Amino acid sequence: MDFSSINPILLLASLMVAATPIILAAAGELIVERAGVLNLGVEGMMITGAITGFIATVTTGSPWIGFAAAAVGGAGLSLLFGFLTQFLLSNQVATGLALTLFGLGLSALLGQGYNGIKAPEFPKIDIPVISDIPVLGPILFSHDPMVYVGLGLIAGIWYFLKYSRAGLVLRAVGENHEAAHALGYHVIRIRILAIMFGGACAGLGGAYISLVRVPQWTDGMTAGAGWIALAIVVFASWRPWRLLIGAYLFGGVTVLQLNLQAAGIAIPVEYLAMSPYIATILVLVLMSAGRAPGSLGKIFHASR
Amino acid sequence: MLTLEKRPQPSKAWVYAAPILAVVITMIVGGAVFALLGKPPLEAIRTIFYDPIFGEFASYSRPQLLIKAGPLILIAIGLSFGFRAGIWNIGAEGQYIIGALAAAGTGLAFYPMEARWLIFPLMIIAGLAGGMLWAAIPAFLRIRFKTNEILVSLMLVYVAEAIQASMALSLLRNPDGHGFPGSRNLSQYSSSANLELISNSGIHWGVLAAVTAVVFAYFILARHRFGFDVRLAGQSPRAAGFAGVDAGRMIFICMLISGGLAGAAGMFEIAGPAGRVSIDFNVGYGFTAIIVAFLGRLHPVGILIAGLLMALTYIGGELAQLSLGLPDAAIQLFQGMLLFFLLAVDVMTSYRIRFGKTE
Amino acid sequence: MTDTLLELRGLTKAYPGVVANSDVSFTIGMGEVHALMGENGAGKSTLVKTIYGLVRPDTGSMMLNGAVYEPSEPRAARASGVAMVFQHFSLFDALNVAENIALGMENPPAMGDLAARIREVSDQYGLPLDPDRIVGDLSAGERQRVEIIRCLLQDPKLLIMDEPTSVLTPQEVEILFKTLNILRAEGTSILYISHKLEEIRTLCEHATILRHGKVVGNCDPRQTSARDMAEMMVGASLHVPEKAPHEAGEVVLSIRGLSAPAPHQFGTALKNISVDVREGEVLGIGGVAGNGQDELVAALSGEMKTAAGMVVIDGREIGRLGPNERRAAGLCAAPEERNGHAAAPDMSLTENALMTGAVRKNLVKNGLLDWPAAKAFAEEVIKAFDVRTPGPANAARSLSGGNLQKFVIGREIMQKPRVLVINQPTWGVDAAAAASIRQAILDLAVSGTAVVCISQDLDELREISDRFAALNEGKLTPPRRAKGLTIDEIGLMLGGAHDMEVAHVDA
Repeated sequence: MDFSSINPILLLASLMVAATPIILAAAGELIVERAGVLNLGVEGMMITGAITGFIATVTTGSPWIGFAAAAVGGAGLSLLFGFLTQFLLSNQVATGLALTLFGLGLSALLGQGYNGIKAPEFPKIDIPVISDIPVLGPILFSHDPMVYVGLGLIAGIWYFLKYSRAGLVLRAVGENHEAAHALGYHVIRIRILAIMFGGACAGLGGAYISLVRVPQWTDGMTAGAGWIALAIVVFASWRPWRLLIGAYLFGGVTVLQLNLQAAGIAIPVEYLAMSPYIATILVLVLMSAGRAPGSLGKIFHASR
Repeated sequence: MLTLEKRPQPSKAWVYAAPILAVVITMIVGGAVFALLGKPPLEAIRTIFYDPIFGEFASYSRPQLLIKAGPLILIAIGLSFGFRAGIWNIGAEGQYIIGALAAAGTGLAFYPMEARWLIFPLMIIAGLAGGMLWAAIPAFLRIRFKTNEILVSLMLVYVAEAIQASMALSLLRNPDGHGFPGSRNLSQYSSSANLELISNSGIHWGVLAAVTAVVFAYFILARHRFGFDVRLAGQSPRAAGFAGVDAGRMIFICMLISGGLAGAAGMFEIAGPAGRVSIDFNVGYGFTAIIVAFLGRLHPVGILIAGLLMALTYIGGELAQLSLGLPDAAIQLFQGMLLFFLLAVDVMTSYRIRFGKTE
Repeated sequence: MTDTLLELRGLTKAYPGVVANSDVSFTIGMGEVHALMGENGAGKSTLVKTIYGLVRPDTGSMMLNGAVYEPSEPRAARASGVAMVFQHFSLFDALNVAENIALGMENPPAMGDLAARIREVSDQYGLPLDPDRIVGDLSAGERQRVEIIRCLLQDPKLLIMDEPTSVLTPQEVEILFKTLNILRAEGTSILYISHKLEEIRTLCEHATILRHGKVVGNCDPRQTSARDMAEMMVGASLHVPEKAPHEAGEVVLSIRGLSAPAPHQFGTALKNISVDVREGEVLGIGGVAGNGQDELVAALSGEMKTAAGMVVIDGREIGRLGPNERRAAGLCAAPEERNGHAAAPDMSLTENALMTGAVRKNLVKNGLLDWPAAKAFAEEVIKAFDVRTPGPANAARSLSGGNLQKFVIGREIMQKPRVLVINQPTWGVDAAAAASIRQAILDLAVSGTAVVCISQDLDELREISDRFAALNEGKLTPPRRAKGLTIDEIGLMLGGAHDMEVAHVDA
């Protein structure tokens, strides 16, 4: 066992990378849930984004096109969920589960022949000057662009929900869809848009795993990240900045256990591997959740 | 424009028609997907749905049908109680694994003692208890801390998989296995083996247990107060509280039933078809059973039929893989599609479509 | 004051199986307070939603200020100067007052400016309101104020008010009427929907009466007797429930220092409630919505458990028992919400009969359900209470509100309870069904049952109560003999216009 191989600066830097897929997916789901929709299909949308992004990147050689394709793939799959739950009024829990099962199958099918290929590298950008700051530089300012996209997304969502008119309407729809309808807001249209946004974000999160973190394709490679993203939304009490804390907490546990594995600690690998999931459960238990949006998961049908 | 209008009564006809229609649409769309993959669609559909029962090698695949359907039905019956009551245990896969590990551990603890009358029943009890224990965790957390049972039960699947790997590598590893991972073969140890009861029929103790569960569940739902309370809790939680149904107790019982049956399914599997604890002996029955439960309308007889159908797609899928080179992911997709289409056509049960202008 | 603001011409709207509005025509003058009257189900809501752009008529047209008016959605209606105060508030509990108001406006100013405008307008019309408060924490009267101010900020030409006084104390009603009179003087027209005749007679100068979707009469309410208007509304003279003379007997139900925390974030805590109810007595409990009614029913029915001695029946402490044990002890209850609380909408009437009747009607033996007996019980209720349904196999939600309410109340009454607790027995029920429900409650009391009737309808409580008490912020006033209580005294028991002062302090 050799703890000296663990470099705290690298550890914190990789924590930010490990948290990014979760941040992306959870940010999307946060918007979906604030609109009053519970989409349990995050895992399915992530894995679909992971493969569509991977295919597009390998085909075109451009990770940027890959991420765009992942967003489209995730949003496309989410539309299935949106159509079923918003127009055909299906149960959101069951439909979300179906989306996950379907997405896992679809991605495995699409991914035939892509196993074992390495994705083209997504270069890091060292932000000039500040990335040279000792300690803080490598931790915060020397990452690939998607890390900053994730952070920007959180800030954007925070601003959108708190200060914009559209954000207010979205919250209103999620809080009480009957009242929003009575005031003349298009509940279903707003929710479909939110669901697509959530799908696109989940797709980006998935692609981040297949293009940056791993970076190659294997079946079922998201390994529960979508579920963890869902848990973090609950942990965050549906608030954007708290979501960041949750994702870093999770990223921290993940990175630490990987480092401990590498350091050859006496705990068997399998028990280290389960630690992120147990940490997620503990976090869900210890943090008493805030108040969920009033109409979360309820079926809306405009009657007379 | 089409508008949906709520029916005053759920349509009886659509309750039965929806799953059949869903299967038909899945076959059509699935066929189209197979065609896109460059496989002959009709032949693929025939290979999946017809050949396992009536085809050339049917005498081999027919018993397989029951072997696969047994655990699916057993788990789905358990899940159906919770799903009806609005309690979402989606971690049956984990409960299945823990049940299997508990049973295997119990069986192997007695190795090589010969006492089937003692060991086999003990293993069944261990399987039930293991599954129940694993399901009791999300149940307890939900009741005590209001923690979401969906997320916790699912997280515990990943934990269970890690434990399973660890067991295969250390505690339950076969001491005579030359260092390879995996336990002794339980199906070759006469005190623990869950063998076919009638040769070449596919019927083992797990299949009998599944049929018993179907009958029992039917009786409970139709005639017993508990079945009534389950339905009431799912349809109108507040009304259930008013009728005197204790919500916490309901969560606990439903989770224990589903966990116990999933654990039992794991036991029958590990002592029979799977044989031994390996790093990844679980094949996703716990997840597929969710589809089975919904496709069967959460009704015991429906689940029986849906379980057989889903087993058919597994076996037919394997055949299609062999004969047509159809990727096994296509079957997974096919199963997901089935659930999707069911949820889509299900709207007809409670709503009717009206043509005309919207408001 | 004779210029026409809004003219409705032959509006018809049909839904499958029911014609909600049939050839409805009338006009509203500028600065006129126009009453739209009718029973539940007469088509008032559909008509109002048509004017507000939520429903499009099948045939017919509307003219606003001489121009064709066809609002495709509420936004268009608001842009044309039509504003609406909803009966079931269109408010968002988790948002604050200013956000709620912004949502009801087309082009709201920046939040800071809006808050200032809210303060200004609310002072101007005597409706004090703090823009930063969370709406879920407001009282019913304050919540209504949010809706009204939301409308006023848009300078409406026509203000639609749907049953605005059902959540107010008599004193608050007076304040509301003052506000409406200011508006009238400023030239705003008001369409005032109500079934409370006395209110209409004090406030409105014109009334249109709807029955079964048709206009059945027009009148000047100031010149027409309440009795005549009631008959136009109902289409027949009404049976007034009567109670046979009898003496109250032994104390059956004792509530002793009942306190309980609020069950959820926007709930009400019960504070030290004590009262006795005797055999054959009806205790009426009034109060504005959200003052602890649901919580009190839950604490009595057993859905919410308390310390054992807080609820006592026939000397037996039952505070810790669950609903079925309390039923066995003789206490039956009927909560306010029919759909999903008192009844399971998707279940059959037989199943709904079983839901609460299992214990006292012996419908479950050794855990096994006795379906034939449950069906017989459901049929018994249907017959005795004249529930209009093809049979007990029909789903509860297929019944009209009044019929389902008759079934729900009948189900409890037929169990011959020692104590019956009911919340809002005739809420949303047509007059004929309401009269028969009230009569059934009185008959039950005469047979010796102690009845606790919680209601927001003060006329109803005055009609059936022997003693009257009021719930106010989770506290119960000492009960007083109902006979001879004036509406002003009742109003003060309900808390008077307490909301006003509270709001002033906060603002």
